[in-house]
Amino acid sequence: MLVNEKIAIEHGLKSDEYKNICKLLKRTPNLTELGIFSAMWNEHCSYKSSRIHLKKLPTKGKKVIQGPGENAGVIDIEDGDAIVFKIESHNHPSFIEPYQGAATGVGGIMRDVFTMGARPIANLNSIHFGSTQHKKTKNLLRGVVHGIGGYGNCMGVPTIAGQTSFDRSYNGNILVNAMTLGLVKKDKIFKSKAAGLNKPVIYVGSKTGRDGIHGASMASASFDEKIEEKKPTVQVGDPFTEKLLLEACLELMSGDSIIAIQDMGAAGLTSSSIEMASKGNLGIEINLNKVPCRESKMTPYEIMLSESQERMLIVLESGKEEIAKKIFDKWNLDFAVIGKTTNTKNIELFFDNKQVANIPVNTLVENSPMYDRKWKKSKLPKKNKINKTIIKSLKIKDTLKKILSSPNVCSKEWIWQQYDHTVMGDTIQKPGGDSGVIRVHKTDKAIAATVDSSATYCWAHPLTGGKQVVCETWRNLISVGAKPIAITNCLNFGSPEKEENMGEFVECVQGISEACKYLDYPVVSGNVSFYNETKDIGIKPTPTIGGVGLIKDYKKMITMDFKEIDNIVLVIGKTEGHIDQSLLSRIIINENNGPPPEVNLFNEKNNGLTLLNLIEKNLIKSAHDVSLGGIITAISKMCIKGNKGIQIKMPKFLINEIEYFFAEDQGRYLIEINPKDFKEVSKILDKNSVHYDEIGKINDKEMIIDQKTKLTIDELKSYNTNWLNSYMV
Amino acid sequence: MKSSVITFPGSNCDRDMDVALTKFGFKNKMIWHNDQELPKSDLIVLPGGFSYGDYLRCGSMASKSKIMHSVINFAKSGGLVMGICNGFQILVEAGLVPGVLLRNKYLQFICKNVHVKIDNKENTFFKNLDKKVLEFHIAHNEGNYFCTNDKLKEIEDNNQVAICYCDQNGETNDQINPNGSIKNIAGVFNKEKNVLGMMPHPERMIDESLSGEDGSIFFKNLLNNIK
Repeated sequence: MLVNEKIAIEHGLKSDEYKNICKLLKRTPNLTELGIFSAMWNEHCSYKSSRIHLKKLPTKGKKVIQGPGENAGVIDIEDGDAIVFKIESHNHPSFIEPYQGAATGVGGIMRDVFTMGARPIANLNSIHFGSTQHKKTKNLLRGVVHGIGGYGNCMGVPTIAGQTSFDRSYNGNILVNAMTLGLVKKDKIFKSKAAGLNKPVIYVGSKTGRDGIHGASMASASFDEKIEEKKPTVQVGDPFTEKLLLEACLELMSGDSIIAIQDMGAAGLTSSSIEMASKGNLGIEINLNKVPCRESKMTPYEIMLSESQERMLIVLESGKEEIAKKIFDKWNLDFAVIGKTTNTKNIELFFDNKQVANIPVNTLVENSPMYDRKWKKSKLPKKNKINKTIIKSLKIKDTLKKILSSPNVCSKEWIWQQYDHTVMGDTIQKPGGDSGVIRVHKTDKAIAATVDSSATYCWAHPLTGGKQVVCETWRNLISVGAKPIAITNCLNFGSPEKEENMGEFVECVQGISEACKYLDYPVVSGNVSFYNETKDIGIKPTPTIGGVGLIKDYKKMITMDFKEIDNIVLVIGKTEGHIDQSLLSRIIINENNGPPPEVNLFNEKNNGLTLLNLIEKNLIKSAHDVSLGGIITAISKMCIKGNKGIQIKMPKFLINEIEYFFAEDQGRYLIEINPKDFKEVSKILDKNSVHYDEIGKINDKEMIIDQKTKLTIDELKSYNTNWLNSYMV
Repeated sequence: MKSSVITFPGSNCDRDMDVALTKFGFKNKMIWHNDQELPKSDLIVLPGGFSYGDYLRCGSMASKSKIMHSVINFAKSGGLVMGICNGFQILVEAGLVPGVLLRNKYLQFICKNVHVKIDNKENTFFKNLDKKVLEFHIAHNEGNYFCTNDKLKEIEDNNQVAICYCDQNGETNDQINPNGSIKNIAGVFNKEKNVLGMMPHPERMIDESLSGEDGSIFFKNLLNNIK
């Protein structure tokens, strides 16, 4: 087939991009070459709309061993140990085929992590669905949860934390963001930079089939009513093969055979081979007849663009082929020498003894398009004057019941019980807490990890929202006693070709950047997912942040359950009564306008570090960060988990009860302390100028707000747990 | 005391079992499924996981592994064999314990703590245990134990029911049955009681920082019984 502009446009390339390709090649590309360009130049692989803005993110720090640019980021956790981690989206495929989409999302991110030599030790996920009334929501939720569990459980990697939200804006575009953490020795990290001439290029893992061809291009476009036709672009996962691939790769990595290794993820053999060549400033020659294929008569075009899962490309030291082959034979995996490194700086493909493609590597990578797209700045919305009489007319008990049983606050046990969260025998804080925590195997250290996003705040004001979500993960880590180290981000947005969406992206990134810089909490890896829209309706901007922290002595880990009767509960951080964009405002008062709560980075840092100091001194019995639903929601969860009640003490200078209890002011935590420690704790808080209020005393059976307002633990529990169970029946 | 844990392709609780056995004083060896011979052992463990990806039927392909000939001979000569979760499924497929394991009643994977009542203490696995109810942990998709009525009668007549799902007081009823197992059965023996298959994972309950400590009680007792 002769290539022309029309075919290029069908491949998702723009007219001027196609012209540029012809110019760079000084000729018309053939179909295979065009396919390679379209795969490398799409948004998903080239970051053409985001690159220019991502440069603003702080990516360096004392603990950063590897920032963005490799398969995953790496941080130092001392004693020669390092944690490799990354989050990635699999939104488009999960909407088309929820089970396989979510499963291969989990498989893909685990592969990114073990490609670097790390054994995956924990999975997390952030999943977002449309309105609970929407006809597709229930099936999508069920399929995604089964898919995540199906893959992670089979791999034997615990899923330790996550986030699930529902919002109308995801009706036509659900989000599935998967994160993996792996453990590696600092001096045994593997990278994707090829080196040396005439080194064998090895293909290992599953055979190549016709699944997932153009997956990355699909993920770089918006949806329309013909979406069902795109099902064949969704990859099919085989976690069993991935488990074998993991063990085989780690076995090979324990020796010194590997020069470079890269998993075949989006755009398969194309992006993996080009990336290794580009980083090594080399060429690569591949004989496509040598690629193990699952189906007959596959063309070079199909082989290069297949996104079949569970495959790896390795550049080996010369002469190590036999050692490597033996390991892959043991694990019953395909192993083939398919090519070699060259000095041409071109990617040269051969099929049936003919050259079928010859492209300079730099045209695909450095010369890929980069756009500084137009974007629109958002103004901070004016404060919304919510009628005080409406607020005052609300009854605390009814309001709390509605909030605790609302889809975004209710217990997600139905979901995480389907994930194996205890395999590997090191999970010391299960899902349902502020962060998941796992011990570093056979040490006293533990790693805390959390994943969060606040689309509503980001939608109301992207700059504040971007800051807020970083701070929220920071608080989640502090609440379990971990020192926050670094983040990974998954930036889910609508079309970058629209000024509003692009503005949301730019300002969220700006917010993330400011918060990360201030908190010394750098970004080490991430992924951008644009075009999350159907028929021109985009999602709310949803940057998802995965935070990772270290607990030096795992016995000092904190949980949120109330521990002991008569202990005192304090609120750290000031409650101003910010109601705009709160859950109260949105689901009780039905008011969606106004600014999100202000983020004061000084207070965030100061409050957090002071709390860590209290934890270090063993003064904290339980802790929980205050977020969605305000103080009273947070207290309820501490009661439910600890099976204890609380006698609430109304603070002096109360704004009004409803605003005090449900406001979503930032930078706040609830802490439980022993009365005998009160003096010492208040001294430390005062010394660090941290605002605190005493909010109550723990009792054995009920939450007493005032003489008329009492709730038993069983009541709180049933409000919180019933909704999702009955929804999913 | 010497133990051996078999690793099949897709096993993923093999390391956890090794950690647990070693912690309580077993000298443990990891054995590859493709080996022919078992080392001299006082206990053989088939660990949990997804051997062969649960393809065809859970445990069916692993039950035909090379090493299984030796495991079967070892069991038939009276050696102690324990299969946990996928290991239980493999024992069932190998015909070493009776019954089958179907998909969970609600067609979902379940990962949570459960209580189990020990039905029979006249065996090496459970004798001398002070407690009648243990808190264990389950993580499975196919743990719904089933057999025909005739078979059930035979199992019960021979005291082959090892443990049953119950509440914390030891009461068994439908409500606390997590997966639909017939008569709440969570584990069974062979006729001679030297082979035990059970769905719960004692190896995930060996430390107060984990899901609980009743696994420690189980392993310590087991070691003492073998000595």
